Amino acid sequence: MAKVVLPLEVARAFADGVTDHDVEARDVRALVNALEARFPGIAERLSRGTAVAVDGEIYQDWFLEEVRPDSDVRFLPAIEGG
Amino acid sequence: MGNEEEIGKIIDYSGRDFRYIGTRTIRPDGVDKVTGRANFGADFTVNGMIHGRVVRSPHAHAKIKKINVDKALKLKGVKAVVTGADFPEIDINDKAVGEVVVSYYDMAHNVIARDRVYYDGHAVAAVAATTPEIAEQAARLIEVEYDVLKPVMTAAQAMKKNAPVLHKHIVTAGVEPKPEKPSNVASRTEFKLGDVAAAFADADVIVEKEFSTQTVHQGYIEPHACCASIGADGNTNIWCSSQGQFMVRAYTAKICGMETSKVKVIPAEIGGGFGGKTVIYLEPLAVMLAKKSGRPVKMVMTRDEVLRATGPTSGGTARARIGAKKDGTIVAGELELVYEAGAYPGSPVALGCMTGFAPYDIKNVSCVGWDVVVNRPKAAAYRAPGAPVAAFGVESTLDVLAEELGMCPLELRLKNAAVEGTQAPYGVKFNRIGYKETLEAAKAHPHWSAPLGPNQGRGIASGFWFNIGGTSSAEVMVNEDGTVIVATGNPDIGGSRASMALMAAEVLGIDVERIKPLVADTESVPFSMLTGGSRVTFATGKAVIEAAQDAVNDLKRRAAKIWDVDVDQVEWENGQAVCIESTQHKPLTIAQIAAKADKTGGAISGRANINATGAGPGFGTHICDVEVDPDTGYVTVLRYTAIQDVGKAIHPSYVEGQLQGGAVQGIGWALNEEYVYSDDGRLLNTGFLDYRMPVASDLPMIDTVLVEVPNPGHPYGVRGVGETPIVPPLAAVANAVSHAIGKRVTDLPLSPPRLLAVIDGK
Repeated sequence: MAKVVLPLEVARAFADGVTDHDVEARDVRALVNALEARFPGIAERLSRGTAVAVDGEIYQDWFLEEVRPDSDVRFLPAIEGG
Repeated sequence: MGNEEEIGKIIDYSGRDFRYIGTRTIRPDGVDKVTGRANFGADFTVNGMIHGRVVRSPHAHAKIKKINVDKALKLKGVKAVVTGADFPEIDINDKAVGEVVVSYYDMAHNVIARDRVYYDGHAVAAVAATTPEIAEQAARLIEVEYDVLKPVMTAAQAMKKNAPVLHKHIVTAGVEPKPEKPSNVASRTEFKLGDVAAAFADADVIVEKEFSTQTVHQGYIEPHACCASIGADGNTNIWCSSQGQFMVRAYTAKICGMETSKVKVIPAEIGGGFGGKTVIYLEPLAVMLAKKSGRPVKMVMTRDEVLRATGPTSGGTARARIGAKKDGTIVAGELELVYEAGAYPGSPVALGCMTGFAPYDIKNVSCVGWDVVVNRPKAAAYRAPGAPVAAFGVESTLDVLAEELGMCPLELRLKNAAVEGTQAPYGVKFNRIGYKETLEAAKAHPHWSAPLGPNQGRGIASGFWFNIGGTSSAEVMVNEDGTVIVATGNPDIGGSRASMALMAAEVLGIDVERIKPLVADTESVPFSMLTGGSRVTFATGKAVIEAAQDAVNDLKRRAAKIWDVDVDQVEWENGQAVCIESTQHKPLTIAQIAAKADKTGGAISGRANINATGAGPGFGTHICDVEVDPDTGYVTVLRYTAIQDVGKAIHPSYVEGQLQGGAVQGIGWALNEEYVYSDDGRLLNTGFLDYRMPVASDLPMIDTVLVEVPNPGHPYGVRGVGETPIVPPLAAVANAVSHAIGKRVTDLPLSPPRLLAVIDGK
């Protein structure tokens, strides 16, 4: 199962402050759906200005990025630029 | 200038042999710019055009009781007046998601106020008339009645318990349990790695310092300007200078309640942006004035308006705490940032939290950021948004730590430098990066060991920026004579046209002089994200490479038809099609293939629409020498060297220019620049005489060293380069000044009166 790390603020609001979760999913959309099943409302929150890093690669606007069973998935603030 | 031969000795760059990449070709925009032919935003004119002016609030915080436009409308030559009431109301929760979070509600209210003004310069009405002079006169005839409120001008004021609250709908996000009362603190962000408290308890040495910076502006030379025209069918053309024609289209359409397809944006040449043109201000006003008047409307800001109502970047404070072992190993870091967002939420404080400690391999890190609204213009992006202030705090505190440990500050950084596999404070592990290589290049540079005189000091500091990819598109079109047009959807703010041409030349194998790169309008190329985040040479460059390869594939198919062979028999070598199985067919040049395009299937082109991933992070290290006049507090920058891992410099002159420009802007941030407000919140320094940016005569030549550690996520090893160089200078300058005067300076800018007070111990 992929290791998922939620932002602290999101974890506090939806997951009793627990940031690290194990989730089985083949892509980020499925992973977020799985999180939504556990923590209702979290999908909408993770869809607002939240990027995702899968195994170190940051995706600004996540959707169908592949997630492997041993992937490290971290949700981050979206990165703007100047 | 960078010495690539020397760098080659430092870095084992195993890159391929390039024919065009890395050469210093003539700038495609150079002749037009130096001869005055380049058309910037304010240069556009169209038949029947009239002129718009904005009425701006003189108050930092007030309720709008009434706006009377009758006198203005009666003035001869006035064609239209708009106020907030002319714009569609936008739902408070309507946000664009994706590239960045954008509150359309805040954006619409920032473009033109509705019931309240939130800063000196906030637009409250706009008028269009047949001449700029009549428009100006009419603007003065618009009567606005205000109920003036007490402003909150700093984060410290805004965070006080009984401070006036700017927005009743803002409650602090990121805090549990969710507060019930509205607050000026829009959000709290936190990042954490490891066990910070235990690590500090285990440290031999702990240093902690607090730092402050002021609001500064991006300082682009070209003011915001646009011209809008609406046809009888509602189709709208906007000519403007911006960092993204698609961004202008999307935002303007939304704020004006129009369909995207009704709006066409034609990009002008851009005279600087630095992040400040990733948002819109004038375009919706010009569109609504054009709609009301039935005439094209041109609007150009004055410098006063630019400073009062656009940009700037957040002023903020940074508290940094670092714990280390006696041998210099850093075991714990703590950073707390408070950034002023301006009138609406959205300072780059989260990015500050993510970047401050990123250059270092620290297992236990805590970063907390506070986003605070104040009665100043809404902060806009500025090169590496959020990172310079955070780096100022961390890199200055590292300097203090080096002093405590009796260690060379460069060696302290080398000992703790992030490398491939290091986990950044935001949790992600770095791929191949070149931070350590920048430090080694600094150590080897003659600047680092040059002697210093009395009242002189040397500072060193480093910086990090993520760099991003994202959606980009490119079209490569082969003309009938074999010349090529490369069209992309990204304004060229830092030399991207030259880079695009070079990358296309590398794939096509033809001389770069035969390639014309252009920035296309929103109806001529598919969507691209805006120019920002140091993404264009990387992401749009990737699209160009793919599009050029697509064109090469098309050229090979055409050659196969001409020779009547299978396409597998055709290869592309040095700009020519070569038949690999038969010597009877002489190679065909791109011009020869193009000449027969009609016979082989029509126009020849290639295209690519991508969402680029694999952006490689950027790291830089700067060395600064200063001399401080102990009698006046005046700081002279004697020598400055900017060193950066650039991946692969496609056009080295432009890359060096990026490093020099970033360094100069950072020096200005450190030494001179600040917004000065009166007690009632009016901006006092609204011109470049009073808002003092460095000019060429203020500074020495900025030396650059281009370290090339190829980014594995790009075919040519490219990393973004535009933002990293503004991150180190604040601390590099402050560290140098601290060493020159023998006292730690913590508050920017280090203007003569402020520095003199430090020297005199006041």
